[in-house]
Amino acid sequence: MLDEIQKRLLREIADLHTVPSGAYNIRSNSKLEARNTTANIDIVSKTEKSGIDIYIKPGTKNESVHIPVVLSESGLKETVYNDFHIGEDCDVVIVAGCGINNCGTGDSEHDGVHRFIVGKNSKVKYVEKHYGEGDGRGKRILNPVTEVYQEEGSSVEMEMVQIKGVDSTVRTTLSKLEKGAKLVVRERLLTHGSQTAVSNYTTELNGEGSSADVVSRSVAKEDSYQKFVSRIVGNAPCTGHTECDAIIMNNARILAVPELEANDLDASLIHEAAIGKIAGEQIIKLETLGLTEQEAEEQIVNGFLK
Amino acid sequence: MLELKNLSFKVIDETGNEKTIIDDVSFTVKDDSFVVITGPNGSGKSTLARLIMGIEKPSAGRIFFDGEDITDKSITERANMGISFALQQPVKFKGIQVIDLLRLAAKKNLTVSQACEYLSFVGLCARDYVNREVNASLSGGELKRIEIATLLARNTKLSVFDEPEAGIDLWSFQSLNRVFENMRMDTKGSILIISHQERILNIADEIIILSGGKIIQSGAKDDILPSLLKDSTQAACSVLEGRA
Ligand SMILES: Nc1ncnc2c1ncn2[C@@H]1O[C@H](COP(=O)(O)OP(=O)(O)OP(=O)(O)O)[C@@H](O)[C@H]1O
Ligand SMILES: [Mg+2]
Repeated sequence: MLDEIQKRLLREIADLHTVPSGAYNIRSNSKLEARNTTANIDIVSKTEKSGIDIYIKPGTKNESVHIPVVLSESGLKETVYNDFHIGEDCDVVIVAGCGINNCGTGDSEHDGVHRFIVGKNSKVKYVEKHYGEGDGRGKRILNPVTEVYQEEGSSVEMEMVQIKGVDSTVRTTLSKLEKGAKLVVRERLLTHGSQTAVSNYTTELNGEGSSADVVSRSVAKEDSYQKFVSRIVGNAPCTGHTECDAIIMNNARILAVPELEANDLDASLIHEAAIGKIAGEQIIKLETLGLTEQEAEEQIVNGFLK
Repeated sequence: MLELKNLSFKVIDETGNEKTIIDDVSFTVKDDSFVVITGPNGSGKSTLARLIMGIEKPSAGRIFFDGEDITDKSITERANMGISFALQQPVKFKGIQVIDLLRLAAKKNLTVSQACEYLSFVGLCARDYVNREVNASLSGGELKRIEIATLLARNTKLSVFDEPEAGIDLWSFQSLNRVFENMRMDTKGSILIISHQERILNIADEIIILSGGKIIQSGAKDDILPSLLKDSTQAACSVLEGRA
């Protein structure tokens, strides 16, 4: 049974109030807590290493898979491999996420390696949320690796969210797109305290007519550090756009590194990056509505990350 | 309601010299009155409004609101006492929606239909706008109307508008004037508008003319407006004839 802390972590990362409908695999403190499969979606534990294989039958529409992970014991370290095999012509939503509560002194670390093989013309929405809490001295560490292989005509939308609570993350995301495939990435990140967060996106546009739009919106507060590297490689006639839009506060530091590589005359690639503090006039405007300076900052940050 | 006593505002300019932007200005906005401040570009009108709201601090002089000295009060405190300010250039926010801004202004969780009412009032087809972000995708005139709608939602004792007509098309002018007239009837508060527009000057009770940071003329509309219009025609003519 899940205790209250574990339930709360689940709520934060997967908006799950009860067990989800559809397929799911809930992992808690390195053990399988609950699993459900459906006629179209099968989940099988790996034998040679920890993790699962998720098989989604061709033509599966309007189904969802939830694979939350919660860690509430201090000092746990794990690496988990989850492979998604998505057939042709599917339309599915996949929700992953990791919540860590570390009240102890040992560091807790979860490294999830997620691999997606997206079949022809399939549509996938992938949501990944990270959340950490607990006031122990032990660190909360997450290092997710995501690999996405998109076959012809497929489309993937990834929403990556990490709001506070995680001390250290290195997020590595590699995508390879074939003909006509489309990728949209929306990252939202808030760091505070002395947290560090590094995001490395590499997107290879290998097929004619493929496209990618990789956008990060982030806020770095206090003494935190963020690094955002987004590399788009155009190996065919394709379109790519990447953008980093960041608010910096207090003593925080942000490094944004957009990289574009065009290896085809008809590759059209764009990058944009903007980093700055909250505009003084925005705070003043909200103060004229009766908010205090601190309330104004909160509203501006909340809106920005919405 | 609002009283300015010998208010001055000085800055040190780029060359290190002291520059007087507002020079010993005193006036009173009475309860339930409608006052328009006008004057040439750069005469200090926006600065005066910023001093009233507390965005700038005066170098000398005092400001009273309902008899209380508010000179040392913060923007937030003044806002909560009942002063509102619509900026000449509205501020944009990424991610904050029109409805969020109206809710912050109203200090309550307005329903969508309540929010729409304020927007319709300023001539925006409400359903299209409530969920729009208050960002650069809105046109200047749209932002300006939303700014006015936030003041309607606040509904305070004193509303200060800095050139509300700027960027608003002529066709909407009448509705804009109706907004101010309704505000007067509904809130029983006072309105202070900075404007260059004859049509707005026309509905004022009192007009104050600012020039070079000083009040050069003030009084009831009927006393000020006719000579103002005559002067400005003459001024314009002399410019045209190259005599200025
Ligand atoms: N902080 C400041 N430092 C230097 N100069 C300033 C400062 N604030 C205002 N000024 C100057 O004071 C003068 C008055 O500016 P203000 O914006 O109040 O004029 P205004 O009457 O509102 O003009 P407009 O009709 O163009 O809106 C201008 O010359 C402006 O450049
Ligand atoms: Mg002005």
